[in-house]
Amino acid sequence: MRLRSRTQRKVADRAARVVMVPAALAGIAVLAWILWEVISRGAGALNLDFFTQLPTPPGMEGGGLANAILGTLLMTVLATVIGTPVGLMAGIYLAEFGTTSRLATAVRFTTNLLMGTPSIIVGIFVYALIVLRTGHFSGWAGGVALAILMLPVVLRTTEDMLNLVPDELRESALALGAPRWRATLTVVFRAAKTGLVTGILLAVARVSGETAPLLFTALNSFYWPETISEPTANLTVTIFNYAMSPYADWQQKAWGASLLITVGILIVTVLSRFTLRDRKSRTWSR
Amino acid sequence: MNRAGSAEEARSLPSKVSVRNLNFYYGGQQALFDNNIDIPEKRVTAIIGPSGCGKSTHIRVYNRIYELYRTHRAEGQVVIDGKNILLPSVDLIDLRKRVGMIFQRPTPFPMTIFDNIAYGLKLHYRVGRTELSDRVEDALKRGALWDEVKDKLGEPANALSGGQQQRLCIARAIATEPELILMDEPCSAIDPVATAKIEDLIQTLRDNYTVVLVTHNMQQAARVSDFTAFFYKGYIIEFGATKQIFTNPAERETEDYITGRFG
Ligand SMILES: Nc1ncnc2c1ncn2[C@@H]1O[C@H](COP(=O)(O)OP(=O)(O)OP(=O)(O)O)[C@@H](O)[C@H]1O
Ligand SMILES: [Mg+2]
Repeated sequence: MRLRSRTQRKVADRAARVVMVPAALAGIAVLAWILWEVISRGAGALNLDFFTQLPTPPGMEGGGLANAILGTLLMTVLATVIGTPVGLMAGIYLAEFGTTSRLATAVRFTTNLLMGTPSIIVGIFVYALIVLRTGHFSGWAGGVALAILMLPVVLRTTEDMLNLVPDELRESALALGAPRWRATLTVVFRAAKTGLVTGILLAVARVSGETAPLLFTALNSFYWPETISEPTANLTVTIFNYAMSPYADWQQKAWGASLLITVGILIVTVLSRFTLRDRKSRTWSR
Repeated sequence: MNRAGSAEEARSLPSKVSVRNLNFYYGGQQALFDNNIDIPEKRVTAIIGPSGCGKSTHIRVYNRIYELYRTHRAEGQVVIDGKNILLPSVDLIDLRKRVGMIFQRPTPFPMTIFDNIAYGLKLHYRVGRTELSDRVEDALKRGALWDEVKDKLGEPANALSGGQQQRLCIARAIATEPELILMDEPCSAIDPVATAKIEDLIQTLRDNYTVVLVTHNMQQAARVSDFTAFFYKGYIIEFGATKQIFTNPAERETEDYITGRFG
């Protein structure tokens, strides 16, 4: 055996850099380009009316997308209210109780499948399940579709975060005489809290930009979402409709809505980063 | 300072725990072989032996904490206060109230100092607010931590130093009034000054509790324990008064270990 020569190693190192650094830069460049386009074309559309007024009829200037903003918020909240508890509980089951059981393995496998399922398929599924049954598009259906998309994200992060909690902490609670469920809820869950919040925020960020599932469920509307039992206005389908329209005013509003969603997702993602950093600086011991 | 027990005393003292033919398995792998031992009541018993010899495995049977893991299995008898606690009919919550445990790394719960101590109390007792704070104060005093934390009971327990966290865990275990306290290398993650404080604390615990202390530190065993058991490869090789084990061991393996020839 001979030692590898230093020059050989150096050359390999150089070559790797020559390939990877441009790849990384290309990724950043594309992202910057998208951001630039969205900001430069969308910023002009954002004024007070955009946030407070209903849309105007086709071809008429002015108006806003207040109803779509409200509708998107409503359905995201609805999805969070449905998806989070189910995801949290299933995640607790996987990490704390099921572990290696057959049911747990099956749930894990299904979750991976669901994670990789194109969102349009979830949209069609909810269309068949709710829209066809009830006979009309609705905000409910939209919220349910988004909830299904959130579920695997919340579930996996919950399981991962609970697995990060050291066994000694569980054992300490049990050794004091705590029943298993109580140890889980009062000690283990609390130790993983910030990680769980991160998972929920990431799931919210993931679904808030979805279009396809809403196209089949909530559809869209020009009016205020007075109840969510009817077609409900939302930003993403509005972007889809407006961007395809021949009207310059609508196209500009589509850019404005794109900017709004991008900023919204950015804020949620940054928030989740912050909670994560918080978690790292205050690990459970020392 | 050490009222070390004698061989005669070991036989005459009532035993808190009587272990008979205890075998322990991690899945298919056996870790304890035919363990037999009588732990004297209201004394400190040290468990020593080389790494991997089964010290932790042995004491983790006393509160059946190993049952958290499906594949871990114990066979034989562990009689505490006249009752075999390995029987399925035993109420685990009641058992764990009577048998406290301290771990190698401090395990403060992610809550305030006060709530850490109150946690165990609230599990087992219905207590009003004033009684609760009296009990918390009492436990922290017995854990030799009160003076250091009395002004910051509302702060997160994670903010304490490692040694303080470990005394907090001891106070938390004491708060529920256990009779037997198991300690698995409680000083291995903390500095010498903090270790000395915990050793002093263990000395005072002896008056009211039975203590089983797993330790790698031979001087510590000699300093704080009345009786010592030497474990080797899953077997209990020798058990007796600490003084006798350290000055005149009966078995060659024991002698080799305490003179530092292996381990
Ligand atoms: N969870 C586990 N699964 C399988 N084997 C285990 C497990 N825990 C311990 N063992 C094995 O059982 C034996 C006894 O381990 P144990 O932890 O009781 O030793 P110990 O005396 O406490 O050692 P140390 O001084 O290093 O803490 C070792 O051979 C170890 O490899
Ligand atoms: Mg050990």
